[in-house]
Amino acid sequence: MAAPSGVDFGRILREAVLAAAVAAILGLPLLGLRLVSGTKGLQVDQRWDWLVIGVLAVFFGRMALAFLRGAKPAFAKAGEGAGVVGQFVRQQQRPLGVAALGFALILPFMPFSDRYVVDVTTLVLIYVMLGWGLNIVVGLAGLLDLGYVAFYAVGAYSFALLGTTFDWSFWVCLPIAGLCAAMFGVLLGYPVLRLRGDYLAIVTLGFGEIIRLVLTNWVEFSGGPNGIPGIPRPEFFGLEFSRNPESGQSFHEFFGLSFSGDHRIIFLYFIILALALITNLFVLRIRRLPVGRAWEALREDEIACRSLGINPVNTKLSAFALGAMFGGFAGSFFATRSGFISPESFTFIESAIILSIVVLGGMGSQIGVVLAAIAIIVVPEVLREFSEFRMLAFGGAMVLIMVWRPRGLLAHRVPTIRLGAKGGDP
Amino acid sequence: MLSVEGLHTFYGPIEALRGVDLSVASGEIVTLIGANGAGKSTLLMTICGTPRAARGRISFEGNDISQLPTYQIIRRGIAQSPEGRRIFPRMTVMENLQMGAVTADEDHFDEDLERILSIFPILGERRDQRGGTLSGGEQQMLAIGRALMSRPRLLLLDEPSLGLAPLYVKQIFDVIREINERDGMTILLVEQNAYHALRLAHRGYVMANGKIVLVGTGSELLANEEVQNAYLEGGH
Repeated sequence: MAAPSGVDFGRILREAVLAAAVAAILGLPLLGLRLVSGTKGLQVDQRWDWLVIGVLAVFFGRMALAFLRGAKPAFAKAGEGAGVVGQFVRQQQRPLGVAALGFALILPFMPFSDRYVVDVTTLVLIYVMLGWGLNIVVGLAGLLDLGYVAFYAVGAYSFALLGTTFDWSFWVCLPIAGLCAAMFGVLLGYPVLRLRGDYLAIVTLGFGEIIRLVLTNWVEFSGGPNGIPGIPRPEFFGLEFSRNPESGQSFHEFFGLSFSGDHRIIFLYFIILALALITNLFVLRIRRLPVGRAWEALREDEIACRSLGINPVNTKLSAFALGAMFGGFAGSFFATRSGFISPESFTFIESAIILSIVVLGGMGSQIGVVLAAIAIIVVPEVLREFSEFRMLAFGGAMVLIMVWRPRGLLAHRVPTIRLGAKGGDP
Repeated sequence: MLSVEGLHTFYGPIEALRGVDLSVASGEIVTLIGANGAGKSTLLMTICGTPRAARGRISFEGNDISQLPTYQIIRRGIAQSPEGRRIFPRMTVMENLQMGAVTADEDHFDEDLERILSIFPILGERRDQRGGTLSGGEQQMLAIGRALMSRPRLLLLDEPSLGLAPLYVKQIFDVIREINERDGMTILLVEQNAYHALRLAHRGYVMANGKIVLVGTGSELLANEEVQNAYLEGGH
């Protein structure tokens, strides 16, 4: 039955026909029919040629894929390529991290860096920070949280409300926002302690939606769908970033520079860079402390943990609280950066993006999160020109990553060295 | 040191333990043998607080521990090497041992580690290897080593010979004797391998259907006809 080359034509043909049939069924309403507004209102337009092209493309595409897989070389090589890159990154983690940090520090002053580049990088850094925060909960403690955006929202609204109501500055509100989010983390964590896996995911998903719905509907408190405008901008040691400051001096006057809107953009960039770095250092360090190891052990085997005298309640709550706290920090940064927030920024899709960053990066991997955040945030930005096909390309990229690196870009757990023990740092 | 009186435990409507009395004195090795489903593992787990005892009293060093949560029972000086070993597969041998020491005083860590690596030299050779990549026997040693890292006064071992090659079984039993004789560790051992367990133990209990049916010293039970017929038939 099998051809000498090891390629089974009959099977490939069957698979291709099956895939084409599925494509035909799906494509019939999606490609074949289209609503157009004609003279007599909405009319159904038929586009059978599109459908045929689509089905044929799937048929031959499936065949090509099967051949590549059957014969392996090219496909597997591409996969190996990704593996080699992953291994290189793993081995050179420290120098790469330093290089990335160095690059991040000089980026805003590079000749090609305009406002747009800095803006996008700031966005990437927000997601890197969120990814690192969620990594505590999902990657280390192994608790699948689909409602992480709730903590992001709590952080953003804590700062927005405190800032607009009491006129408190960003730097005062930042720790408060983090604390608020951590409190909500415990609040969510407590009732769901017994749940695991799928059930936990459902409850956290619900929690995320509850927060968003409360913010949307409790108009007196949060402004409802109108959001909160006029959120204070961060100050540089009391210096404002505006042309005509209301009080005191402004940044450009103090340093004798001519006013430029870019100052604030760059300042914001450095704030989020610092916040993300703090998150990273914190996570790196806590992984080596008993509580960090307890999270990982809890992910591996809860019953064994209990029989070793670990209190699973406190351990899980601490993971939820700390993860939430970093979400809260990122949230208040988001609020101060955009100056306006509304519940629309905190939909489920945000949770999904943050979670996919963590999963794509390889659960528990710090550098993986950075790479994945760049991939997920920058790639759609770059593909903006092909706006219609952007999600298609994005989906395709995700599928490829999952085929080649099913456990994430950098799926490799680095053993921890006990703090205080003799011997070098890894 | 440990005494269990009139212990009843339920899994839903099923009564797994029907009034168990058992005691372990300091410095003793006590073994618990019996057929599958007799309630041996349930008894060990109930001592550790999951599942919780429905009736009866469990006291450790004079204090009732039957209402404490598992992690507090463990912190009082009981360590358990659970059934099925339950080591952390993705963590290294070293990290597994560190996890064993979470309740112990930091200052003892190096000393305890050295002691355990001298009992199980193979763990020293494998210290940076992931737990999941060890062989079954090595995993069992790791599970026992991990339990010992907390400096327990009472060690509960649940079927340490399960699924191991005969050579490893002998090694594990030798180690159990060694830590009892050298360190004076009190051990409660649950075993299917009745012959080895009874030869090792000072005293033994035979369980059937959630009750203790026979008590005696190791050699008495080995010589007992009922025990021979039920648990030692067909060699060892």
